[in-house]
Amino acid sequence: MALASPAGRRRRRTAPSAVPYVFLTPGIVLFILTFLVPIGYTVWQSLRRVRVSGLGLGRGARREVFAGLSNYREILGDAEFWASMQRALTYGLILVPTMLGLALLLALILDTPRARLRRFGRLAIFLPYAVPSVIASLLWGFLYLPAVSPLHYVLRALDLPQPDLLGGGIMGAVVNIGIWGGVGFNMVVIYTALRAVPHDLYEAARLDGCSEVQIALRIKVPQVMPALIMTGVFSTIATLQVFSEPFTLRPLTNSLQSTWTPLMKIYTDAFVRNDIYTAAAASIVVACATLLVSFGFLRLVQARAFSQEDR
Amino acid sequence: MTTAAPARVAAPVGTVPSRPTARRTRVSLAPTLVLAVGAAYCLLPVAWVLVAATKSPAELFSTFTLAPSTSLWRNITGLSAYGHGVFWRWTVNTAIYAGVGALASSFVSGLSGYTLAKFRFPGRTAIFNVLLAGVLVPGITLALPQYLLIAKLGLANTYLSVLLPSVLSPYGIYLARVYAGAAVSDTLIEAARTDGASEWRILAQVAFPIMRPGLVTIFLFQFVAIWNNFLLPFIMLTDDRKFPLTVGLYTMLNRGNTLPSLYTLTITGALLSILPLIALFLTLQRYWRLDLISGAVKN
Repeated sequence: MALASPAGRRRRRTAPSAVPYVFLTPGIVLFILTFLVPIGYTVWQSLRRVRVSGLGLGRGARREVFAGLSNYREILGDAEFWASMQRALTYGLILVPTMLGLALLLALILDTPRARLRRFGRLAIFLPYAVPSVIASLLWGFLYLPAVSPLHYVLRALDLPQPDLLGGGIMGAVVNIGIWGGVGFNMVVIYTALRAVPHDLYEAARLDGCSEVQIALRIKVPQVMPALIMTGVFSTIATLQVFSEPFTLRPLTNSLQSTWTPLMKIYTDAFVRNDIYTAAAASIVVACATLLVSFGFLRLVQARAFSQEDR
Repeated sequence: MTTAAPARVAAPVGTVPSRPTARRTRVSLAPTLVLAVGAAYCLLPVAWVLVAATKSPAELFSTFTLAPSTSLWRNITGLSAYGHGVFWRWTVNTAIYAGVGALASSFVSGLSGYTLAKFRFPGRTAIFNVLLAGVLVPGITLALPQYLLIAKLGLANTYLSVLLPSVLSPYGIYLARVYAGAAVSDTLIEAARTDGASEWRILAQVAFPIMRPGLVTIFLFQFVAIWNNFLLPFIMLTDDRKFPLTVGLYTMLNRGNTLPSLYTLTITGALLSILPLIALFLTLQRYWRLDLISGAVKN
């Protein structure tokens, strides 16, 4: 806390009161410009639609009119939209626990002096973070093709049945790309949190006869809970927005329709069907659903993610 | 992991003074094996793209997946010739979008974070909470709204249309605030003020140098976020000479449906675009302050 200077001192110890507002101006202006205004404009667009009069030719034949909640009614009654939401939820329910479970396991191993290959393992597993999801999907997409996949090569050699990864197994194929891209980053975040745990906690537990596994489960995991919650919230937010992975896989398969995920549905509505208004309504619905799910997640794990931030 | 450690440490520690370190660091097989499998899984696609980029179009789907060939140079020249060298244009564009965007973003985040951490003024908590709520606004869901507005302003299909929405990062501001709160001491700022330094000078010569590790972290984060963002440039840009690599490679893959020889060039392009970033990460990773995210930095 900056103290008010005693009277009589000529030199100031506190800043002029306008300074913080000046410093915050770029951030606030950009926040308004790239967050608030677009959101407001989308809400506005979601309440409007084009009315075509006559044959829709000539000036004034297509007019934008107020549509009330009809766009919302349309999107909420759209079976394709619900199917895409359901796929995104399924995707998230498989991806988030698997990815975070693996990340936690690997982080605990990195924190065990008994394991070898720790430095190499950390770098190798973190590497996919540097690969954008479009390129990751491109690489995996080829690796899923029976003519290319080493998995199919082995199964063929052994005369075993080969799974159709880009057909019936498409959900698994998309989830795998998500795990590949996300596990390393989350592992490093959790590992960093583990390293901040004071080591005398472990010494005490060892003296009490705890095994390494017990130490991991009873001391390490509770200590890194805030980091786990944080990674959980961000992963959950990301899953409902899944777009690049299935979108990039589409040229390689027939089993991904153009509305496979909510964002793909929004994209198709807006840019293929040229129905900006329904797409705007769908954006609002998806944003609210995402907020709901992530708040739900926070409530579920007792909202400790931001609590260490001292106000 | 579960089979890794029987309770062998239960033996009183004091009884084995002769080789205590040997006891502690005995290698156990299971965790090492898990790490090795994890590493192999993560390296597989990278190893594959290294090999596949050396194959000719005829070999891509016929020879064994991990058997290298000799066409790497031919593929690179083929890729350079594609669309009059548009691939290299995409590379430059990506560097501009991610580099300039991340630089601007770390400056704005640093400035806002420092202000929110180190000044007491009316509205501070409210402003911070509103910005923080932005962390929970799904980033990609904003792409369509941002497009609608940018198109309205007549800015669609410009560099600005991709750069502008990439600058503000609520998460970056949050990180900068945590870092400034922990690293920049109030006494130092007060001492500078007593010496008559202006607020700008304190910012540039006292606060930012101390916050540098945090700012580097925010820069790398935002760099990856912009480089990873596909939807935003994909809907903002129509001119392929303004594409970043991700959008460019996607359009190549898409055309491969009708022109299969493009697959080899796309794969070569994928290899060339991830190599510099992997190199960047391996060199910069020790400047990462990931304890910022995991919550290990405390005020």
